Amino acid sequence: MKRLLKFLSPYTKECVLGPLFKLLEATFELFVPLVIASIIDRGIASGDTAHIWKMGALLVGLALVGLVSAITAQFFAAKAATGFAASLKTAVFSHLQSLSFSVRDRLGTSTMITRLTSDADQVQSGVNLTLRLFLRSPFIVFGAMLMAFLVDAKAAWIFAVAIPLLAAVVFGVILWTIPLYKKTQTNLDGVTGTLRENLNGVRVIRAFRKEADEETRFVAANAELTKRSEFVGRISAAMNPVTYLILNAALIVLLQTGAIRVNAGSLTQGELVALVNYLSQILVELIKLANLIISMTKAAACADRIASVLEIEPGMESGALTPEHTAEPLVSFEHVSMTYADAGGEALTDISLDAKRGETIGVIGPTGCGKSTLVQLIPRFYDATKGCVRVGGVDVKEYDSQKLRRRIGVVPQKAQLFAGTIRSNLLWGNPDADDDALWEALRTAQAAEFVASREGGLDAPVEQNGRNFSGGQRQRLTIARALVRKPDILILDDSASALDLATDAALQKALRETAGEAAVFIVSQRAASLLHADRIIVLEDGQAVGVGTHEELLKSCALYREIYDSQFPKEAV
Amino acid sequence: MKRKASDPVRRETLKKVLVRIGRYKGLVILSLLMAAAVVALTLYVPVLTGDAIDCVLGRNDVDFAGLMRILIRIGISVALIAALQWGMSALNNRITYRTVRDLRNDAFRKIGTLPLSYLDRHTTGEITSRVTTDVEQFADGLLIGFTQLFTGVLTILGTLGFMLAVNPAITLVVVLITPVSLLVASFIAKRTYEMFRLRSETRGQQTSLIDEMIAGQNVVQAFGQEERTQSRFDEINARLQKYSLRAIFFSSITNPSTRFVNSLVYAGVAITGALIAATGGAGAITVGQLTMFLSYANQYTKPFNEISGVVTELQNALACAARIFELLEQPSETPDETDAVALENVRGKVEIHDVCFSYRPNQRLIEHLHLAANPGQRIAIVGPTGCGKTTLINLLMRFYDVTSGRITVDGVPIRKATRKSLRGSYGMVLQETWLRSGTIRENITMGRPDATDAEVIAAAKASHAHSFIKRLPNGYDTYISEDGGSLSQGQKQLLCIARVMLCLPPMLILDEATSSIDTRTELKVQEAFARLMEGRTSFVVAHRLSTIRTADCILVMRDGQIVEQGRHEELLEKGGFYAMLYHSQYAAAQ
Repeated sequence: MKRLLKFLSPYTKECVLGPLFKLLEATFELFVPLVIASIIDRGIASGDTAHIWKMGALLVGLALVGLVSAITAQFFAAKAATGFAASLKTAVFSHLQSLSFSVRDRLGTSTMITRLTSDADQVQSGVNLTLRLFLRSPFIVFGAMLMAFLVDAKAAWIFAVAIPLLAAVVFGVILWTIPLYKKTQTNLDGVTGTLRENLNGVRVIRAFRKEADEETRFVAANAELTKRSEFVGRISAAMNPVTYLILNAALIVLLQTGAIRVNAGSLTQGELVALVNYLSQILVELIKLANLIISMTKAAACADRIASVLEIEPGMESGALTPEHTAEPLVSFEHVSMTYADAGGEALTDISLDAKRGETIGVIGPTGCGKSTLVQLIPRFYDATKGCVRVGGVDVKEYDSQKLRRRIGVVPQKAQLFAGTIRSNLLWGNPDADDDALWEALRTAQAAEFVASREGGLDAPVEQNGRNFSGGQRQRLTIARALVRKPDILILDDSASALDLATDAALQKALRETAGEAAVFIVSQRAASLLHADRIIVLEDGQAVGVGTHEELLKSCALYREIYDSQFPKEAV
Repeated sequence: MKRKASDPVRRETLKKVLVRIGRYKGLVILSLLMAAAVVALTLYVPVLTGDAIDCVLGRNDVDFAGLMRILIRIGISVALIAALQWGMSALNNRITYRTVRDLRNDAFRKIGTLPLSYLDRHTTGEITSRVTTDVEQFADGLLIGFTQLFTGVLTILGTLGFMLAVNPAITLVVVLITPVSLLVASFIAKRTYEMFRLRSETRGQQTSLIDEMIAGQNVVQAFGQEERTQSRFDEINARLQKYSLRAIFFSSITNPSTRFVNSLVYAGVAITGALIAATGGAGAITVGQLTMFLSYANQYTKPFNEISGVVTELQNALACAARIFELLEQPSETPDETDAVALENVRGKVEIHDVCFSYRPNQRLIEHLHLAANPGQRIAIVGPTGCGKTTLINLLMRFYDVTSGRITVDGVPIRKATRKSLRGSYGMVLQETWLRSGTIRENITMGRPDATDAEVIAAAKASHAHSFIKRLPNGYDTYISEDGGSLSQGQKQLLCIARVMLCLPPMLILDEATSSIDTRTELKVQEAFARLMEGRTSFVVAHRLSTIRTADCILVMRDGQIVEQGRHEELLEKGGFYAMLYHSQYAAAQ
């Protein structure tokens, strides 16, 4: 929580004024029982109607001032809370954007989204409530006690006993139940988890006829949740009756003691009424304070989670150089090894490879052999742990990462489009591209036909994640997006997997014709996609087991031959 | 919020809700009786306090004996209230939690019987939120809302009764001023509604931007779009800040405003009460009674404010209830026919006679399909992605029923067989691997929980899963979460294969089972499968033409329809769609 305070500092004024006005309101509230006492002792006792009217007017006046103070306080609190949340979110979003791939892999998408949405909202309402109530409730509690002492110190000892007792019960119950509620939350997660699992795996469960077993599992988890909830419920249900008992016990003692004091003439009837009123004010505020503390604990937990995200190091220092890309070879791997964070073994081991302008490099090998890892080192999505990746003869770590990436067209494995239009998606590649350039890229990517047939053409809407396009269409659009940039280095990371073979072949042909001076890296599971590559690197368990042309590898590399044979039955070749 | 859910629908829902709660009728009635007692006693305490104060008039003017009697009465009342309150909360808790539990169990059972067509049409999130959030909101809102409404109304009536009994004039003051607080509250609520709408709209925009950009952050960084994304975020964020400030501020005016009205009531009672008390005449009230009025005035407006909140809560609860009942009342899968036979010792002769099927009535999909698979034959289903290859699986497993025609297994129409025995006769590996949270062993033995360790290991070895399982931290006892955790897609698929390998059912359904395993492992798995398929009728959906060339029959699908059917050579000769698909592989190679 403390670590986030700096986002509140622009609102220091609001943070001071808000609680201040709230205290003002509370102060006026504390005067009310005194006014009533005066009405009873002077107005009623001596039949002084003028005094009654005057005091009545005073009550209305106090209420009015209280109203104005309260509204002012609410305004400042709301302003500080929303402003705080907004600048916090901006900071978190910007921080998340600065994180490197490996850090984000570790965090996970859903975690990051939760921090920015529900956690941030919780913190906002936490700040708002705290500014409004955190000072007010204790102030009223102690203010009421103070007033009681002012009215009659001898009777006020009851307050000094009752308040700690009440506080002990209220906070005791809360402190006891907070961890219990957390446990019930775990139980609830269990119930939800079983349910989700059953929905996602419905076909398998029915195929294996596990419906009855699953039901038993669910009913058991559900029963456990119910038992826990009822137990916690019983404890929290005790809070109200117990506090009520204590308060009224105090009331009984107060009336008895007060009676003796009044009889002795050291207390008036009106003052006794005032004491009774103070007593009831206290309970209301204690309960408010207890609820406030619950929300504050929640908000503090959220704040801690957000703060821990902000503390994560981006994980990669960007260099300063602007790429020139004159030197050959354009891309070179020098004894590169790479280990993912938290991974046991190396994903790549001692890879050396050169790619000149205009060359096409194929990357093939079994799943998990490090194909994607290899190409992701070029735009510096990850850093090599050993050796060095050079672009234009310079270590990629020396470049300004953003400028380096501007020269590289990447088509990732997952075809990710963004809400907007086809045009807005393609312009990511190059904001200055004109329509001709966009169509040219679409033609090469074998996407021109379906884009043209869409209503709106380039301006046809793209829904979130491109879900209004088929998998193959999405892949071709992401290829076009990379081509629009006319990159020096083009990387296709298994990005034609959803295309049928005929389309894939047409795409390969078009790429060969248009790529020109670019160095092209094609990662694929299909040997057919790589037949025309200038060099193919065959990976197995992160090691290069063969580098060469298709013909060379057929002769020299057993793994390559195995892959090829499995896809091209022998008798047909 | 949908405010205008038509009234008959709402009444219908309410009726069903009452039936549900009817199970706990006794507890509900008991709870309401306790609530009534609590209200009556709670209202009685200020009266007693007032009486007590009237015993304490001034110096040497205190009726100690009377005071003691009153104090004892206060003590008894308070003890009773505390006990009843506690009992009431415990009862309400029990009713709420048990209703929630029952509803969830019913919903889960229902889901177990729902036809796949329903589950395919609704997302997991949608159904989950009905069973968790909606059920909870319904139970909370309804039961707590109802108790609050009940006690609120009783409190108002009780207070009015007590006040009228003591002094009608002061009562009039209270009754006249109180409604102002309601007017103020509803006035503010109306004004803030628009701001809340704007806020939630903007918040929705922000959430979907966050969702999209965080999920696609790799691409954002690859294309250097961080700054542009940030500025889009900042723009929405600034708008959200503006709307949030207004929404929060205006809604937080409600509280001070109603409190102000409350203070006016208080002042009004103080003035009139004091004036009446000061006359000292026959109709005058005592100071104690004035105290009672003041304490009533303090509490009187509370139930009003609560009730206005309760009404929205109840509406919300009913809306949730309607969503739950919609799920609970879905028609189940047509039950097995009463004379359905259990398929036993299946040989694996599958015949499809003149089958027509489509997911939607006005859409044509599979039409007049004929197919005969003899025991041990391999049927390959081929076609481009998204051509509806899984449809056939849905029909074979009876996840969906055919629209017309019939499918038989060993001559028994599958409609005449129990679903359990039909599904048990197939071993299925789907394209989307699904593992259950649990240990590796639990996942493999899913079809045969009684399998011995040796059998499990043999199955894992046969499907080439043993070597990677062995390397996991706890071997076969390694716990994996639902999405398979750190396992790769290929490893998950191997586990799914091991799961089938262990059961050895007479027929197999393989849905692109090997598509995300690398070619080498695939070769090994195929060897294993070949062994497994020997003597077993199998339906294989596959992308790789090389894997299906040896099939006894190939079904070629395109746009959901079966366009060609026959053996590899026949189809090549025919020179149709299959031939084109097949040759395109070589076209690419030359």
